[in-house]
Amino acid sequence: MRAGPITHEPPHLAALADPAPSTDPHVPPVRRIVVDREPTPVRPPEDRQTIREARTAGPERLRVESLTVTFPTRTAVKSVSLSIHQGEVLALIGPSGCGKTSLLRTLNRLTELTPGARRGGRVLLDGEDTDEMQDTDLRARVAMVFQQPNPFPMSIFDNVAFALREQSRKRPRKSELEPLVTDALRRAGLYEEVREELDRPALRLSGGQQQRLCIARAIAPRPEVLLMDEPCSALDPISTGVVEELIHELRRDLAIVIVTHNLAQARRVADKVAFMYLGDLVEHGTTEQIFEDPRATRTRDYVRGAFG
Amino acid sequence: MNAFASGQLDLAPRRRGRRSSIGTWRWSDRIVLLGAWAAGLTLCAIAGAIVLYMGVRGIQYLHPSLLVSSPEAALDQSHSGGILDPILGTALLSLIGILIATPLAVCSAVWIAEYGRPRWLGRIMESSIEVIAGTPDIVIAIFGLALFQTQLLAGFSFVSTVGGAGASGGGVFGRSFLAAGSMMSLIAIPPIFAATREGLQALPTHMREAAYALGKTRIATIRRVLLPGVRSNIATGATLGISRIIGDTAIVVLLLGASLRIEPAGSTPGLDVLRGTGSTLTSFVYDNSPAGEGNAPQKAYAAAFLLMLLVLALNATVNLIARAHERRTGQS
Repeated sequence: MRAGPITHEPPHLAALADPAPSTDPHVPPVRRIVVDREPTPVRPPEDRQTIREARTAGPERLRVESLTVTFPTRTAVKSVSLSIHQGEVLALIGPSGCGKTSLLRTLNRLTELTPGARRGGRVLLDGEDTDEMQDTDLRARVAMVFQQPNPFPMSIFDNVAFALREQSRKRPRKSELEPLVTDALRRAGLYEEVREELDRPALRLSGGQQQRLCIARAIAPRPEVLLMDEPCSALDPISTGVVEELIHELRRDLAIVIVTHNLAQARRVADKVAFMYLGDLVEHGTTEQIFEDPRATRTRDYVRGAFG
Repeated sequence: MNAFASGQLDLAPRRRGRRSSIGTWRWSDRIVLLGAWAAGLTLCAIAGAIVLYMGVRGIQYLHPSLLVSSPEAALDQSHSGGILDPILGTALLSLIGILIATPLAVCSAVWIAEYGRPRWLGRIMESSIEVIAGTPDIVIAIFGLALFQTQLLAGFSFVSTVGGAGASGGGVFGRSFLAAGSMMSLIAIPPIFAATREGLQALPTHMREAAYALGKTRIATIRRVLLPGVRSNIATGATLGISRIIGDTAIVVLLLGASLRIEPAGSTPGLDVLRGTGSTLTSFVYDNSPAGEGNAPQKAYAAAFLLMLLVLALNATVNLIARAHERRTGQS
C-alpha cells in the first residue's frame, strides 16, 4: 500500500472553484484529487453480512476492493467490496444519499472530476488496477449512462459517431463509421425509429429516445462494463419498459451496474442486488435472495418499504 | 414573507392593487419614481430624435449613386463623388479586425473557463482584458502608431512621401489597413471574450461529464462538444465586435491616414491594399463635416446615415442570434 500519485489534472469544476486551503504543506492547493491507498479502517456494523459469492454468469469484469469515497463534508462510500461479472446485471439500491451514485461514478473514475473527492481502496478491471490505466482508456471500456438524458447538441449520427471518433489519431470517414453507428443504434433499439432522420438534431427526440440514444452512444465503442445511474428516473413508464427490455438484451455482451430507486425495477432487471445504507454495503446477493429472504433487518425493512 | 412577518395574513382580503398605489408613498419615493420615468422617456426621445434626424438627412442626401462611386477631391459638393471607398474601407477593417480578434478572444475564453489554473494567472488575464476594454480607443491608436513606427514592423505600412520626396529616409510610416486592423482587433476582443466565456460557463456540467464518460480527453471535449455549443455566443460576440470596429474613428484617423480613396502601396497584389491607406465611413464623416477639411456636410450626413443603419442592423443581428439560440436550447 502506498499513497498514490495524482492521476488526473484538476478538472473543469476544480478550475472554477475556490481552492480550499490545504493543511498539508506538501500538497499544493491545486492538487486535490489524490488517490489515497492507505487502508481505511473498516467500521464493523452489527448487521454487516459476509458477501455471498453467488453463482456467476460469466467471467469477472470489475472487482471493487474495500472502496471508500470521501467528500470534504462527508464519507459517501465506506469500504465496499463487490465483484461484477459479464452477463449479469447488478442493481445498487438504497435510500437517497447513500453513496450509490458515488460508488458508480468511482468505477470509471468520474469522481476525480469532483473537487475535494478522495478515494481509498482499489477497483480492478479484468484484474488490472484502474489507477494504472489512462482515464480515457478506462472510460472507453467502462461506459456510463446518466440520470438525465444528455445527448450533445448535434445530429443523431454525430452523437453516436462522437464516441467512435478520436479513438485513433486518424479521423475515420463517415462511410467507415456508418455501419458502427447503425449497429449501435440497432442494439439500443432506436434504429428503426430514427433510420430516416439520422441528420436531425438529437435534442428533437423524445426523452425516452434521447436516453436510448445515450445508451447507443455509450455502447458504440463496445465497452466491457456499462454503468447506469438511474437511467429511467426521467422517463415515462412506456419508455422505462423499453429501456428495461434493452438492459435484458444488452447484458449478454456486457456487465451492467445500475443504480435505481425503484425497487420494482431492480427486481425486474437485476440478477444481483446490492443494498447500500449510509455508505455501507449492507447486503449483497441474488435478486431473489435480497427480496425474498433478506438477512439483515435493514434490508428487510427497506425492501418491504418500511423506510426509504 | 412580509405578510407573515407583519402578521397581515389573518386580516380580511384587501382590494387588489392597494399596495402599489402611489397615494400611500412617501414624497421622496414619488419624486424618485417621477425622475425614473422622466429619465427613461428622455432617453427614448433622444434616441428617436437621432434616428429621425439622421433618417431625414440621410434620405435627403443618400442617393444610390453615392454607394458605387469613389470620392473625389472637389470643393463643389456636386463633384465630390460618392462613398464607395469608405464603405470598402470599413468592410476591410472589420474583416481584418475580426479575423485577428475572434481566435484570440475565443482561445482566452476557453482557457479561463475550462482551465484557469493557476488562478493568479487567470485573474491577470481577466484584468488584462478589462484593461483593454476600458482603454480609450485614442490611446490604443497612439500605442499602435508607436508600435508600427518601429523599424521591425515597417513592412506592414506604407511610407508617406509627404514632406520628403521618395524613400529618402525622411518618410513617415506606421499607418496602413494592417496597422489599423490589428489595433481594431483589440477593441473587438472584449465583447467576443465575454460572450464566449459566458456561453461556456452556462453549458451544463452534464454535457462535459457525458463527454468525459465516453473516454474523451479534455481537448476533444472542448473542440467537439463545448465550442459547437457556444457557436451562437461566439457569433453574438463577433457581431458586437464588428459594430464596435465600424463605429471607431480614432484608430482610423491615426493609423489609417486621411486619404479619401483606398490607395494601395507597393506592387504585390492583395498585400498592396493591406499596406495602403484609405478611409472608412467614420473618418469620411469626420473629414467631410465642418470640422474636417472637406466641408461637405451633405456627404457626411449620407455616410453617417449609412453608418447608423449598419450598426442598427448589427444590433438586430445580435438579437436574432440570441433568439434563435433560445429557441434551440428551449427545446432541449
